[in-house]
Amino acid sequence: MYSSSLIEETVVRLLRDAECRLPPDVHAALRHALDIETEEMPRSQLLVILSNVDKASERSVPICQDTGLPVFFVHGRCDERIVEAIRKGVARATEEIPLRPNTVDPVSRENLGSNLGAGMPPMHLDPVDQDHLDIAVLPKGAGSENWSALRMLNPSEGMEGVRRFIIECVVKAGSRPCPPVIVGVGIGGTADMACVLAKKALLRKLSSHSDDAILADLESQLLLQINSLGLGPMGLGGSTTCLGVLVEKSHCHTASLPVAVSLNCWAARKAFARIYPDGRVRFSQEGFD
Amino acid sequence: MKVRKIASPLDERQARSLRAGDIVSLSGELLTARDEAHLRILELLRKGQELPFQLEDMAVYHCGPIMRQDVGWKVVAAGPTTSARLDRLAPEVIRKCRPRLIIGKGGMSSETAEAMKEVGCAYLAFPGGAAVLAAEALPEVLGVHWPDLGMPEAVWHLRAKDLGPLVVAMDSHGRSLFKEVEDAVKKRSVLL
Repeated sequence: MYSSSLIEETVVRLLRDAECRLPPDVHAALRHALDIETEEMPRSQLLVILSNVDKASERSVPICQDTGLPVFFVHGRCDERIVEAIRKGVARATEEIPLRPNTVDPVSRENLGSNLGAGMPPMHLDPVDQDHLDIAVLPKGAGSENWSALRMLNPSEGMEGVRRFIIECVVKAGSRPCPPVIVGVGIGGTADMACVLAKKALLRKLSSHSDDAILADLESQLLLQINSLGLGPMGLGGSTTCLGVLVEKSHCHTASLPVAVSLNCWAARKAFARIYPDGRVRFSQEGFD
Repeated sequence: MKVRKIASPLDERQARSLRAGDIVSLSGELLTARDEAHLRILELLRKGQELPFQLEDMAVYHCGPIMRQDVGWKVVAAGPTTSARLDRLAPEVIRKCRPRLIIGKGGMSSETAEAMKEVGCAYLAFPGGAAVLAAEALPEVLGVHWPDLGMPEAVWHLRAKDLGPLVVAMDSHGRSLFKEVEDAVKKRSVLL
């Protein structure tokens, strides 16, 4: 089995990759945005963003000072040992990279400095009987996370209601989640499940489409519509408001239609590792197909 | 893109000469302040106590940096945070402390804009997330106040060298580029 120290080491590397190097799909989408913007204002914002991305990767420092809360997704034979190794990796990465200590007590606002705390870092464990262990991390900054939204729609509102709610969320968030954003959507499940689905959607490659034909159409339609709003990079106007819409679904109660929206900023950080029983580790920032 | 160089501290006349849409780069002193610092500033002022730093004529940066302590403190990453979070506290801070510049991202409310107009203060937007470029333009740490608030929330007294490009997104005459874009976005969204 994978040793605790290997998992810890892997987590430190995952966080370093995620925080300091923009995933290739997001980088390509931002470069494309620069190609299509014609006005000086959106171009100036994108030029600063792209130059910052290059500098961060050259110097191996975090792209954004809000290194977020590292949200983990684990698939494989999960046990308490893995959870403990992830916690150790986060504390080490906070010190070594360094990450900003963002984790505080919600009431006293006390900051322990390690990014650990009650329930922190967030982990979603998916027990699967497979030989390798998959660990993905999605460091999520508060600028975008603070615009997360959940609505329990009436089932009769259908996909049109879902579409309207998503647009409403993007308009309401405006300049604040650091557009161009990526829109993660979770449809179905229970209220809590919809929120996790929306986050999980943000791990997908930007060029990917939902397996569900109706949702794939919704993704393409929403991308065009959101980009027709004119909010633009950093909310100062332009034709690139959104880099991708990614929708996931679960079955739900016959009387419910939960929809959750999780926005990600342009600094849409993610990294994936696959650990094999012989100790080999593969790393990627676009996932494993 | 024509970039005008400005320096902080600055006087009211200089702050009022900045017009929405201008692009500037800033050198000189600035103080970071986020939620907890704003709360403590107001707590002290409401009790009639003095602040351990001067905000008048200064630039306030909405930023929670990553700092590293070797020989002295060094700025690792220092992009702007969402200014709108401070809208509930900023108008009173602006009226009482009279800063000339606010640097942040995403813009602020019309209530904050009103206080800026009264006092003569302009809002400069830096692209959110551009933390490495910002850190490069903040080569010197002059001090830190209230370190008990934690690294992101403490007040860092920094010296900027050509921090920019900064967009004058809200000027002291009531114009806000963010508000103009937001109004247009709302109109278009109704048609979708």
